[in-house]
Amino acid sequence: MSQAGGQRPPANRMTLQTFKARLGGATKGFKLLKKKRDALKARFQALLKDIVDTKLKVGEGLKEGAFALAKAHYASSGDDIASSIIERAKKPSLTTKMYPDNVAGVSIPVFKMLRDSSQEAVAQTMGVGSGGAVLSATRDTYLKAVECIVQLASLQTAFHTLDEEIKMTSRRVNALEYVLIPRIEEIMHYITQEMDEEAREEFFRVKKVVEKKKIKLAKEKEAMMLADATAAIDAPSMLQSKKDADLVF
Amino acid sequence: MVKSKFLTQTDMKIGLIGDEDTVTGMLLAGVGHVDGQGKKNFLVVDSKVHIKDIEDHFHELTGRKDISMILITQDCAEMIRRAVDEYEHSGKTIPTVLEIPSKDTPYDPRKDGVMQRVAFFLPSAMAALGIES
Repeated sequence: MSQAGGQRPPANRMTLQTFKARLGGATKGFKLLKKKRDALKARFQALLKDIVDTKLKVGEGLKEGAFALAKAHYASSGDDIASSIIERAKKPSLTTKMYPDNVAGVSIPVFKMLRDSSQEAVAQTMGVGSGGAVLSATRDTYLKAVECIVQLASLQTAFHTLDEEIKMTSRRVNALEYVLIPRIEEIMHYITQEMDEEAREEFFRVKKVVEKKKIKLAKEKEAMMLADATAAIDAPSMLQSKKDADLVF
Repeated sequence: MVKSKFLTQTDMKIGLIGDEDTVTGMLLAGVGHVDGQGKKNFLVVDSKVHIKDIEDHFHELTGRKDISMILITQDCAEMIRRAVDEYEHSGKTIPTVLEIPSKDTPYDPRKDGVMQRVAFFLPSAMAALGIES
């Protein structure tokens, strides 16, 4: 951007050519980026609805979960299940897997819930004394809720990433559209103008030279004619000339 | 920050900060993890827990590499709102912070930063949630 900035570049055919190439590149990039932005925006709009829906589902799921947990408290009659559950936590049976998804060249993380049943033995032995069935029902309710939450997390990260990406792409599109391309066009306009001016100057100069030459030639011719004429007029008169010396025989 | 490529990563845990009932339910589903040094990926918040502890735990969870998302109940998020917002504006996407409704207080989408942003693009979103909660 050094030469596109303050001072003007030298106006000749070669710089014009380079700027033409740059304009071509900029226009192409602008079109591509615009397409990318539109694709991202379309995806983004679809995402918004999903987020709201999933958020509602999560709320619903957790409400059910809380209710189920209350039932479990009631069923286990006096045992403090909360603290024993918290004490028993060791290795997670629910983990998430993250992998990238590609939207218009932007990689977006997607989460997937993985369930490892071999780790669930700890939880399954809960409530053997009393309320085991209710407890496992509670667990299922919460499993469903967690599934929704994981889905929501995917959507939310996608939302964040896309939001950021759209902002960036828009900035680039606008920079190209309103700054870079006009600037290149202005420089090209300047160069062509300057070159036209030069051509006109050159033409005028040649014309002037030819004119001058013509005048000079004409003058020379005239002078020659005049010289001839005067030469003819100034021929010495035989009568007015000095007397010849007497002839002495 | 957005440019960074995400690699496939498995065995990522879910961080958890919330009241006792919410945490209990989630642990029952099997998200709990305690490593060799007794570090937990969850925090039970009751009246005895200081706000600073919540904040420290939150920062610890956001700094961990094996955590994919942090679930935080909204009243806890409200307590450390500054830290949550700060994290959200830092541009980091993983782990994702999810605000979930807690048992005692109804969910208020107006306080959730993500929902604010969603509502900005989709004005009907708040109405959809507002009627529900």
